[in-house]
Amino acid sequence: MIAERNITCIICPIGCKILVKTDGIQFEIVGGNKCKRGIEYARSEALDPRRMLTTSVLVNDGEWPLASVKSSKPVPKEKLFSVLKEVGVTAVKAPVKSGQTIIKNAANTGIDIVATKTVLTKEAN
Amino acid sequence: MVKPEVIKVIDYMVDVAIIGGGPAGLAAAVSAHEHGAKSVLVIDRNSWLGGILPQCIHDGFGVEETGASMTGPEYAEMYIEMAEKQGIDIMKETMVLQFDKKREIVAVNKKGLHKIKASAIVLAMGCREKTRWNVMIPGDRPSGIYTAGVAQAFINLYNIMPGRNVIILGSGDVGLIMARRLKFEGANVLGVVEILPYASGLPRNVVQCLEDYDIPLFLNHTITCIDGKERLEQVTIAQVDGEMNIISGTEKKIESDTLLLSLGLIPENELARTIGIEIDNITGGPTVNQYLETTLSGVFACGNCLQVYDTVDVLSADAKNAGKNAGKNSAIQKKDKKIIAKIVPGKGVRYVVPQIISEPGKVHLTLRVEKPGESSVLHVVAGDKEILKKRLAWVNPANMIGVDVDIPHDITASTQNLEVMLGDR
Repeated sequence: MIAERNITCIICPIGCKILVKTDGIQFEIVGGNKCKRGIEYARSEALDPRRMLTTSVLVNDGEWPLASVKSSKPVPKEKLFSVLKEVGVTAVKAPVKSGQTIIKNAANTGIDIVATKTVLTKEAN
Repeated sequence: MVKPEVIKVIDYMVDVAIIGGGPAGLAAAVSAHEHGAKSVLVIDRNSWLGGILPQCIHDGFGVEETGASMTGPEYAEMYIEMAEKQGIDIMKETMVLQFDKKREIVAVNKKGLHKIKASAIVLAMGCREKTRWNVMIPGDRPSGIYTAGVAQAFINLYNIMPGRNVIILGSGDVGLIMARRLKFEGANVLGVVEILPYASGLPRNVVQCLEDYDIPLFLNHTITCIDGKERLEQVTIAQVDGEMNIISGTEKKIESDTLLLSLGLIPENELARTIGIEIDNITGGPTVNQYLETTLSGVFACGNCLQVYDTVDVLSADAKNAGKNAGKNSAIQKKDKKIIAKIVPGKGVRYVVPQIISEPGKVHLTLRVEKPGESSVLHVVAGDKEILKKRLAWVNPANMIGVDVDIPHDITASTQNLEVMLGDR
């Protein structure tokens, strides 16, 4: 079903409300964009919205209890919470190096979860 | 009890001493070293470097600077590696207590008391969050009220959930990012309350942190009461009019156990104030000249203790400038610089940094406007003479503006103020 919806453009701080007509496959701009860059943004936002996912993962025996992580690529919006769920039940052992893959193919998205922080092993007291 | 004679005093001499090891301090250190300073020392009170960055696990850092969108911890590690490679000295878990006009720093840590004589000092102490007491929210004093940054540290560094049913006051970027973060960790985010008629954070964060998860944004609203015996039980929100007065009868009670405050940041300048460095009342940071040198010769300022920045990219660029000048200053001691003109904010402009021009030539200005608008023209004028005119497609207080302006030589003689203002197209 083709429906009209407003998309707030995030390309610049004006934040145009772009009115589009879409059914998820077809796409048409109704209006509201002050520049051309808004068109491409509205199209991707209407047809295939994706977000970079950043969160943290448990670390055992580390100098910090967590290591921050990110998705290797933007994750389809509807898959965000499936990926988060998988990260939530994962724990890794220190040391963790920034850039290290923590989960391969998270929630069958084909996207990996990668550490963004180096966490050394906790020094024994 | 510790006897006075067992307190160990350790003496050092350095070219450049940097107070604060966050992004500004690290960028200044790297740049000071690259511009002639042989010994550079960074002093930080935490056990880690990078300041606030390790808890800012979201991405978007470094886009302007490197072209790549990094997370906070990644951005921090990039600068820590640079500093380590250059052999910059680091003192962690060390608190600077004071410094004097001869640039002798007194600092303390577990090893004892340290006296550090520096040819140049760079202030990079960062900023603090405003609290409930900066805005005087009436009501009880239960637990469950945190600044957004403290809650961010709890969740992202220490693996502690601050609460379950959360209200956020203030729509700055930290507040918006915490709304999403809490949602990701399973909390109910009941809404973000903003006194202004628009969100103070970036549209990007309004869309990706609130709208994506259907978190309500209450514009023109504020919190009028906090209730709770031990733990927070409910907050009262109410609508405000154009003058920000509470409209009676619009009060609404929301049950919640946690309130996060994202009310803005205050540059941390107790050290600078104590020694008599002039502070700009609007920025909250030291008054500086185009070399980012404060009113105390040989002492420079950068980062969020100079002015609160929007992005770390711009902050680092300015901090490198401060570090460069401190590095050069330590190599060739210059005589005291004169004030040839003051820069003052005019119509529509809230503040301008630097505030002082010491020499003619190219000067980089950073400024903020008073309110959002479209199609404006930025003017820099000296009396009736216009020295810069720049068209801006849009302006927003949330977006710092940076412009280069050429200060002509004939300003020197007149010692007049330069006014920076907005005009219509």
